[in-house]
Amino acid sequence: MTKKIKNLNLNFGPQHPAAHGVLRLILELDGEVVEKADPHIGLLHRGTEKLIENKTYMQAVPYFDRLDYVAPMNQEHAFALAIEKILDIDVPIRAQYIRVMFCEIGRILSHILNVTTQALDVGALTPSLWGFEERETLMTFYERASGSRLHANYFRAGGVHQDLPAGLENDIAKFCETFPKIINDLENLLTDNRIFKQRNVDIGVVTKDDALDYSFSGVMIRGSGVPWDLRKSQPYDCYDQLDFKIPVGKNGDCYDRYLCRIEEMKESVSIIKQCLARMEKGPIKTFDGKISPPSKAEIKQSMEALIHHFKLFTEGYRVPKDEIYTAVEAPKGEFGVYLISDGSSKPYKCKIRAPGFSHLQSMDYLIKGHMLADVPAVLGSLDIVFGEVDR
Amino acid sequence: MNNLIDLEKKINSELTTKINKTSIKHNQIYIEIDKEDLIDVVLFLKTNKDTKFRQLIDITVVDYPEETQRFKIVYLFLSHEFNQRVILSYFINENELISSLTSVFPSANWMEREVFDMYGVNFKDHPDLRRILTDYGFEGHPLRKDFPLTGNSEVRYSEEKKKVINEPVKLEQNYRNFDYESPWEGTKYIKEISETNDKKN
Repeated sequence: MTKKIKNLNLNFGPQHPAAHGVLRLILELDGEVVEKADPHIGLLHRGTEKLIENKTYMQAVPYFDRLDYVAPMNQEHAFALAIEKILDIDVPIRAQYIRVMFCEIGRILSHILNVTTQALDVGALTPSLWGFEERETLMTFYERASGSRLHANYFRAGGVHQDLPAGLENDIAKFCETFPKIINDLENLLTDNRIFKQRNVDIGVVTKDDALDYSFSGVMIRGSGVPWDLRKSQPYDCYDQLDFKIPVGKNGDCYDRYLCRIEEMKESVSIIKQCLARMEKGPIKTFDGKISPPSKAEIKQSMEALIHHFKLFTEGYRVPKDEIYTAVEAPKGEFGVYLISDGSSKPYKCKIRAPGFSHLQSMDYLIKGHMLADVPAVLGSLDIVFGEVDR
Repeated sequence: MNNLIDLEKKINSELTTKINKTSIKHNQIYIEIDKEDLIDVVLFLKTNKDTKFRQLIDITVVDYPEETQRFKIVYLFLSHEFNQRVILSYFINENELISSLTSVFPSANWMEREVFDMYGVNFKDHPDLRRILTDYGFEGHPLRKDFPLTGNSEVRYSEEKKKVINEPVKLEQNYRNFDYESPWEGTKYIKEISETNDKKN
């Protein structure tokens, strides 16, 4: 007698905690081996690009916080840079340091979340408990600068919204002293941990060529041994004046990507320290009254400031007709904004290039032939956040 | 090639007739081509030893509803080796089929699905052209300029039918799009007259 064997179709998510949000992954299983993976995305689609087309440039900034919501300011940075390049305005040096510093804080925020939840996915609980405490500290820095823990809305074309409040620089400096110890603690728990290694080494291997073909960026491409980081290769703001290293992996597996993230956090701490050391008192946004709003005190004194304020918050500033693509090195990879302006105060088109989109696309290629239990490990190391994948 | 101007010359001299126009702006090369030459041009950019645009960054569409050639298809490429970016574009009519890049870049798969979903542009030879971001059973193409911002249908749970239902959007107040155009520059009809006068002068 012959028995008929049928492949099993399994729905992973959209409410599975290891799916890192709302991913519906349809897996075709042969026993415990994954034959095919078909990710269904879009469950968090909010039509960000459509909304941005209907808002002024200043009103569009908060939408960027809601993309990759674990590192909000990095996204705002890409948008601000795009507008600055079209308008051809200079950003004061203090604003550049503030922006870079908060981008690096965002990088640490994102990497802590990723490293610890990846550990959680493969069975380690403690790292997330320790890591999240640090994230909380970092988010209070966000809050003190921008007024909000997550949705900062802090970067503007031509600088940042407000100067840092008194004492914040000292507290960030103190954090930079204590945080490396926490990274060490996390490493003690994970780097040589037998279980963690068994679950991650040689899992989800990406070769150099495939990393290029599948449009990988960020840690995903560096883990495979391609030394590529936009902060070095196409520096924006003051990154070219800072001294930092780019960690590169060797084998392109989940474990190498974990190591890259840990090293990147250490580099980020050093970048923050350098920013703090070089930051001097000074203006934090461009003086051009047609682009950046006047201070409240000025409005009381000057008629022109009042008019500027009124015009900026009704019509907004106009951006001349142009087409541009700008990209920044967000924690997850190359985050880009393709902006088309038509001379009015609203973008004609704003395409957002999210790194997670191309990373998730390769799920089928990465997971084919792996065991079912490897799915969360690979997914964890891809560093997916659905805010940016679904837009 | 590390120099942008040399690279532009190289592309122009190698592809000659296939290129309609090139320009350099914001440290990037903008290339305009014809629809038919897409695969040839992309293969050249990807494989030539002086260009090596090994990575497809994104595919997107710009909608110009007033134009006869309504959609502008845009491809963004990156060369790691030479640290350069290229923006490739061409125009098509509303119902035209265009070739898929999936055979050259596997990552084009989802990008083209997104373009199809958002703009309704069809690709030939695409292995799996389904909607990607919108809901199952969604109708229309949301990023087209003539698609309303508020959408056409909304979802709610119906107590009578005991299931989730789709129904036309009902708004308490219509979406209001104010025109904040500066009154000091004159109302629109005056401005248009003055603008045409400027051109004549």
